[in-house]
Parts: sequence; C-alpha cells; structure tokens
Amino acid sequence: MGASEQGLIGQSVKRKEDVRFLTGAGQYTDDITLPRQTYAVFVRSPHAHAKVRKVDTSRAKAAPGVVGVFTGADLEGVGGLPCGWLITSLDGTPMKEPPHPVLAQGKVRYVGDRVALVVAESLSQAKDAAELVDVDYEVLAAVVSPADAIKPGAPVVHDIAPDNRCYTWGLGDKAATEAAFAKAAHVTKIDIVNNRLIPNAIEPRAANASYSRSDDSYTLYVANQNPHVERLLMGAFVLGLPEHKLRVIAPDVGGGFGSKIFLYGEETALVWASKRVGRPIKWTGERSEAFLSDAHGRDHVTHAELALDKDGKFLGLHVKTIASMGSYLSTFGSSVPTMLYATLLAGQYTTPAIWAEVIGAFTTTSPVDAYRGAGRPEATYVVERIVHQAAVEMGIPQDELRRRNFIRTFPHQTPVALTYDTGDYDASMNKAREIADVAGFAARKAESAKRGKLRGMGYSSYIEACGLAPSNVAGALGARAGLFEAGEIRVNPTGSVSVFTGSHSHGQGHETTFAQIVAARLGISVDAVDVVHGDTGRIPFGMGTYGSRSLSVGGSAIVKALDKIVNKGKKIAAHLLEAAEGDIEFKDGKFTVAGTDRSKTFGEVALTAYVPHNYPLDKLEPGLNETAFYDPTNFTYPAGTHICEVEIDPDTGVVTVAKFTACDDFGNIINPMIVEGQVHGGLAQGLGQALLEHGVYDKESGQLLTGSYMDYAMPRADDLPSFEVATTVTPCTHNPLGAKGCGEAGAIGSPAAMMNAVMDALAPLGVRHLDMPASPHRVWQAIQSAKKG
Amino acid sequence: MYAFELHHAKSVADAAALLAKTGGKALAGGQSLVAAMKLRLAQPGHVVDLSGVAELKGIRREGDHVTIGAMTRHAEVASSDVVKGAIPALAALAEGIGDRQVRNMGTLGGALANNDPAADWPAGVLGLGATVVTNKRKIAADDFFKGMYETALGADEIIVSVSFPVPKKAAYAKFPNPASRFALVGVLVAQTGSGVRVAVTGAASAVFRCKPIEDALAKSWTAAAAKAVKVSATDLNSDLHGSPAYRAHLVSVMAARAVDAAR
Repeated sequence: MGASEQGLIGQSVKRKEDVRFLTGAGQYTDDITLPRQTYAVFVRSPHAHAKVRKVDTSRAKAAPGVVGVFTGADLEGVGGLPCGWLITSLDGTPMKEPPHPVLAQGKVRYVGDRVALVVAESLSQAKDAAELVDVDYEVLAAVVSPADAIKPGAPVVHDIAPDNRCYTWGLGDKAATEAAFAKAAHVTKIDIVNNRLIPNAIEPRAANASYSRSDDSYTLYVANQNPHVERLLMGAFVLGLPEHKLRVIAPDVGGGFGSKIFLYGEETALVWASKRVGRPIKWTGERSEAFLSDAHGRDHVTHAELALDKDGKFLGLHVKTIASMGSYLSTFGSSVPTMLYATLLAGQYTTPAIWAEVIGAFTTTSPVDAYRGAGRPEATYVVERIVHQAAVEMGIPQDELRRRNFIRTFPHQTPVALTYDTGDYDASMNKAREIADVAGFAARKAESAKRGKLRGMGYSSYIEACGLAPSNVAGALGARAGLFEAGEIRVNPTGSVSVFTGSHSHGQGHETTFAQIVAARLGISVDAVDVVHGDTGRIPFGMGTYGSRSLSVGGSAIVKALDKIVNKGKKIAAHLLEAAEGDIEFKDGKFTVAGTDRSKTFGEVALTAYVPHNYPLDKLEPGLNETAFYDPTNFTYPAGTHICEVEIDPDTGVVTVAKFTACDDFGNIINPMIVEGQVHGGLAQGLGQALLEHGVYDKESGQLLTGSYMDYAMPRADDLPSFEVATTVTPCTHNPLGAKGCGEAGAIGSPAAMMNAVMDALAPLGVRHLDMPASPHRVWQAIQSAKKG
Repeated sequence: MYAFELHHAKSVADAAALLAKTGGKALAGGQSLVAAMKLRLAQPGHVVDLSGVAELKGIRREGDHVTIGAMTRHAEVASSDVVKGAIPALAALAEGIGDRQVRNMGTLGGALANNDPAADWPAGVLGLGATVVTNKRKIAADDFFKGMYETALGADEIIVSVSFPVPKKAAYAKFPNPASRFALVGVLVAQTGSGVRVAVTGAASAVFRCKPIEDALAKSWTAAAAKAVKVSATDLNSDLHGSPAYRAHLVSVMAARAVDAAR
C-alpha cells in the first residue's frame, strides 16, 4: 500500500479519542440536552405474557408536568419494527414474521415489553406519571426455553406461528453427511447449551428526538452503532419518513457489542411522539431497563454428532440446534443462528460433509440478536467442544487430532457455503503452544495436585467469517440490505484532512486507526487527520459497525478514496510541474517527477486545488474531496488457537483461569495496541460466558431472575488472568489493507478453550458433561453427581 | 426516588426524637437505603441523617473489649490499628465488604440495623459474641438478630456502638456470590472466653450459630474437625448461585478455612 515507509502502519499510536474520554469531555446522548427538552419514561409489562385488556392513561395525563401519554392505540397504522434478514425454511416457506409493534398492541410478550410512553417536563414527573398508567392484564402462561417452546402444547407466543417456530432451516448436504456417518469408525455425540447472555454496555441505550416545524424534519440522537441503518429502517419501514427528513446522530457511544445495532421501539416512539408534543424528548435507559429490554445474545440448545475414521479424520458433522428468537424478531435476530452460525461449522477443518438444521423458536423473553461474535461463538463452541470430546474418546492428543484435520490448501471451499481465502492454522497452533508452555503443563498439574487442586488444559482452534459482507452473497442468502461501506476524504485547503466514514466507533479506536491509514498514505501527521462518523447529516451512506468489519470494509473504502485523492493530486502536480501525469510519483507526502528532484508537496497541491489560479480548469474540477464505496468480494477469515489452563478447587467448585494464551491471525495490523485491547476485551467477555454470565428467566413466571448485578455475574478485573496475546499473519487476499478484523475473536474463540480446560480438569473425577457457565455451584454439583456415579 | 424530607440529627437524643416524631428512616451510610430509594423500592417520607452525630463515631479499646461507634465506616474499621491489633479478624471482615466506595460510606451500625441475610457484619457480631449498645439498652448478639432484615431494635431505637470482646483467636472466611460478591456463605469462627463460637451468614434467611461445628471445634480446634461436620441443609437458602446442599457443604469448608486462618 506504499505506506509502511511512513512508519505509521503497525505502530501503537496512542488513541486520539482517549483524551476526551479520559478527561470527561466525551459527548454521549444523555449529555445532550436541547432547548425545551422533555423526558420520557416507558411503562413496561411486569408479565412475561399477557393480554392487554385496557390501558387507562387518564390519571397519568392529569399528573403534574405531563406533556403527553401514548399507547399502542395511538400508534395504530404505524408500521412494526422490521427484521433485516429473510430466512427461508427447508420446506420453501418464508420465516414467520409476526408484527413487532413500537408499543404493545393488545398483547405483551416479555417482561419489559413497552406498553406506554409517558413524556413530562422532568424525569421524576415522568416517572411519577408512569405509575399512574393503569393497565388491565389477563396473564397468560410463559415459555422461556427454546426447547420447551417447540414442544406440543406450549403456550403460543404469536398466532401466526402456532408451533412457536419462526423457521426450520438447514444448510449443507444431508445425504452426504448421512453417508459419512454410515462409514464412520467412531461417532462422538454431544448435547450442549449455549447460555443466554445480556450485553451490558457501560452506556445504556439512550435517545433524544426532536421535530422541527420550520423544515418538517426530525433529528434523533441515539446510542447506536449504525446511524444510516437506523435511519433507513425507522424512516422507510416504520414511520414512513423520507431519509432527507430524518437525521440520525450517534455521538460518543459507550460500547455496543451488537446490542446497539438494532432498531428499537424506544427511539422510534420518541421520534414519532416528538412531532405530537412539539418538543424534544429524551430517554436514557436505566440499568434495570437494559437488563430487561436490550436484545440478548446466544441461547441455543444443540445436539451434535461427529463422524471420524479410525485415524481421527473427520468424515461428517451433524448439528441440530434450537435457537431462541425471543418474543419478537429483532433486526438481525433471524440471521444470527443461521447464516452467521451454520456457515462456520467447518471450523479450521477439512470435514467434507456437514448438515446443520436450525429451528428458530419464539419464547416469552427479550428478543435475541447479535452479541459480540453473533453466531460464530456458538458455532465455535459446538465444533471445539465436540472435537475435544472426540479426542478424549479416541485417545488422541488434543493438538494432534486438530492437526490431522486442519485445512492447509487455500482457497478452501467448505461444505457450508464459505470459501476461506487464506490462513495458516499450524502456525497459530504452534505459536500458541509455545507461549502456553504446553511442555510444562504436566509439572504444573502435579504441583496443583499437591495443593489439592485439579488442573486442566483446553484448546480452541476457531475461525470466524468477518468483514460483513459481499452484498450480492448476503442478498442471495436473504439479507435485506447492502453491506458495503463508504468513506470520504475531504482535504482542506491548508492540507489537513477530514475523513468521513460510515463505520461507527464506540470503543474500537477508529479515530486513531483510520487516521493512521490516511496519515501514512498522504505523508502527513496523525494530528492533521480528523475522523468524522456517526451522523447521517455529515457522512456518506454507510452501513456501520458490527461483525469486525470496520477496518476490512470501512478501512478499505477509505483506502479507495485515498487512491482517488492521490490520482487527482497527481494530475494537479503534473500541471504545476509541467510534466506528464504518468511521470508523477507520490511518496512521503511529495509529488515528484520521476527521476528528478522536481516536486510539489501534498500541501501545495491541496492549496492549488482550492485556489485554482494556476490550474487546468478546462480538464479538471477544482477541490480535493473524494468519496468511495467499497463492497468486499468475500468475507474475511480471522482464525487462531486459544489455549486455556484452569485450576479447580474441588471443595468449592471455583474455577480459576490460571493461564490463557491467544494466538490470532488478523491479517495485517495497523495499530497493535488497539488490536491487543480488542482481544483482551473479547477474552473478558468469553470468560464471562464460560464461567460467570447467565441470563435466566423463571420457567413458570417468565420473570428475569438475573435482572441486576446482584444475580447477573459480570466479569471483574480480578476474575481475569493476565492474558498472553500473540499474532501470526496471513494477509487477507481480497482487500487492499490485507486486514481481517479483530473485534470479536476473543469472544468467539475463548469460551470453548475454557470449557475444554474445565472438562479436562474434571475428567479424572468422571465428570462427562457441564454446560456454561461453569459456576462454582455447577462445578461442585457435577463433581457430586460423578461421585454418585 | 420519591420526594422526602431530610433531617440532620445533632445528637442521638435528637435523632431518636426526630424518628419518633416523623416515623422516618434513619440514614447511616446509605449503602442499602439510598439504593432502594433510587429504585423506588423504599419511599420514606422522612429521612434522619446520623452522619453529624459525634457520639456515634470512633473506635476505642476498653480493657478486654473493642468498642466501635455505630457510624464508623467499614474502611475505618479495616484500617484501624486498634482493631487490627486486638481483633484482626474484624479488620479483615471489614476490608472484604463490598467495594472501596461502599467501604468508605457504609457503616457498622447501618449494616447491623439492616441485617441483610448476606451481610458480613452480622457474622462478626454474632460470632464474637458482641454486645449491641443502643440509646435505650444493651442487647447481646444472641438476642439481636431476629430474622431476614429483622432485629430486636424498636422503632426509635438507635444503635450507638458495638462492644466486641477480644477473642483468643478468630477469623472470618467468606465465599462470595459470583455476581454480587455478597456472602454466599460467610463463616466467623472464634475462640472466646465463653467458648467456641461459629456464626454463619449468607446461607440462611439470617445469620445463625452453627452448633455442630462449635461442638466439633470445642473438642478439636482443627480445620479437619470443622470440615468433617456434615451441616444440615434444612432451611438453607436456594437460588441460582447455590442449592441448600451446596451452601451446607460450604459452611463446613469455609469454617475449616477460617480455623486455618485464625489468629
């Protein structure tokens, strides 16, 4: 890319955005208060499942300071929240898409479902008035587990899906897989649950919506990962607003992890109501509301079988998963356990035949959608847990069984739709084993045993498909949106640069990474580059941040725009230097006539573009401002090996992660410090899933039992070991940066490594099965059950 | 939070009079009350703030007792040389409560009056056989804790201080709830002038003394003796984080660990 000579690529430049974050100068949605501001509170269902017989708002409307009270009845005729991905069932029928109302229409389907919106002069007045909204419920039976939901006689969540099935979908070759099992020397079977997780971004969801009578337009500030997607979905599908009349601004956002991708009813109701009350309305979710109403993650029940030949070569994989959709289809809820899950079931292996069947089930719980990794952690968990179990059953060392099945020739077409472009799985496995000091494990295990502790080691050789996504491929698979990214480079007359990107930054450090790319290419300082994102009024139409796509897709759009800037700059320089355009070289911030010392600096060329006194105006427009859209030709495939070592106290069941090594291949890396930070964060979330976190609803009442930090165990600093993080590099073959993405790898790869380590530690006691999270109580119970035989 | 009237008491007598007159709630460190008020789970019309009452503060050694004022913050107990010298178990217990912010605000008296079933202080007070001194009387620890969030305190009765007899040996061992880090099971073991005492918090609806372990340790003050006791799971708490059987098991394990740590 002609940039490494600038010394900026591959440097751990300190994060530019941290100055404002660490000094309290960030501007989050809740920090924004508009003239004549009003405040909103949502009345939420206390029941998991109920008919709403009557909502009486008369007392609330009469309460002090109340500006407006709205219910589902006020929103009749307003569209429902759309689902962005159509999944087609095996029988050819489209998935069942029940209406997802902005405010409940006649029925509530989870604890926290929105019933009414109360708007008042102050937040406390809104809260007081919300208590005066009288709702007459007829309580219905709840069903919280996806496996229970599809049983005959289960309470029906939506009339259009009387069996609670959104879809029954499949991927792969069923006949080939059955044939593979028929000739297997060994079959390993496993039943696993992928535990429901609650996202818990540090900034809760928030919105501030206003309507301007002067130009009949709306402005929405919202804690969101993709403002253009938010605008498109809300404007076109729900409220019937044209794009130019709705500006969506996602200012500083305190973490998303997927949960802020989606269009929610809260901000939609605010935009709608802002015109009705004629004043801006602000809502900031409280932590309790976040637990109840943010889209949750995971929640799969899976049976898997792996067929092997006598040498441990994988012949076929059969997976049957029941995945919770929750109560309604969230924006990408349908695609997570299908397109983002079953397509990854080959893992790093040559498994020739795979058949995956997924039932999407409606339950009376918060909607389930993408959460860091989205489908890929679930796939990795299935593959790596069953591979671990197969190795144990066949008496083959964990690394050896994996190596016998690694893909080594690329490109590689898997039996589940994807084509891996490149990778070197031996390299990451070898490096991880070296750093993890696998050779010293036996001694460490013996030392633990002396202290009465059980030590175990577990592997996870994961792969993910990132860089979402080739729009045509995604479209053929049911996506209802494009998945390109946009970037605009605006060179200012005095040579500073503003970069406008569709990739939103909510913790990822784009303002630094993207500035490094631009500064390196143009030969200017990082401080001369500002990155602008998160405002549909300022940036080109972009698709936002999720699926570890920002660098590989958003960064590539910036590179393409930079190409255009440099090409135009060459034309201007050629004119100034009275040389042929083809003879101009651009390097280190200088346009030079090849083979001479005649040159113009980037700054001189920029100034000339805006002060075109000596300029080829007959052939070239003035200005230096270019936009590019980049649509990837393939997914990217970050992969690696994680090795976890745990120590278990059999007296209490406490699992301590003694050592954790992650060796990842993210392709080319722009800022190693930021990448390491992303890996650490992902690993913390992976550890949370494996050992601590579990969103649990009461089976009978449907109440969320883990509705606060009193019962939902978030990882704390002292739960984490000092992670050993390393990388290997095979550059992505199809984007100009050679980058693959690093945002989700930690959360994708690590839970399986941790649970395999737990299983390894407990194996001598005869424990055969344990589901996440491996909490002290569960581990202790598993040990007691094993003792009883 | 609902609107309420805040009163600043100048003395214990003033506080008692305000409580009697308003029927309000006493505010100590506010680590439970204020959180409940913010969630609108508690809605006192009047709140009587005790933070300005000088006679409720301070830590002093009085012969074979350590007396701690009710408004003494957990962090003050944890860092007190008097407490660390006389009853290190108590300093360690205070150091393990909540987080730094909680320890800098939360108070001994507030924790005892609230009597949360998973709080640490009740185990310290009951395990050491302390005496709770109020504006009206002295209450032995064995008579103070009545049940979940229930104590022997009357409506306008205020804890002034707690007097802890210095034990021969003691330690507190806590097994934290993985989510809240309150005690899933916390056990204080002590060799006192009046024999071995073992108090358990977190495991049941309120703190209790575990007689079988007391008996076992009276015979043999060893970790093995404590661990060998099979504690009954009857009436123990059951939730996501632990069954009654698990909690019963942890009582023995934590008692054994406390014995090992006792000094």
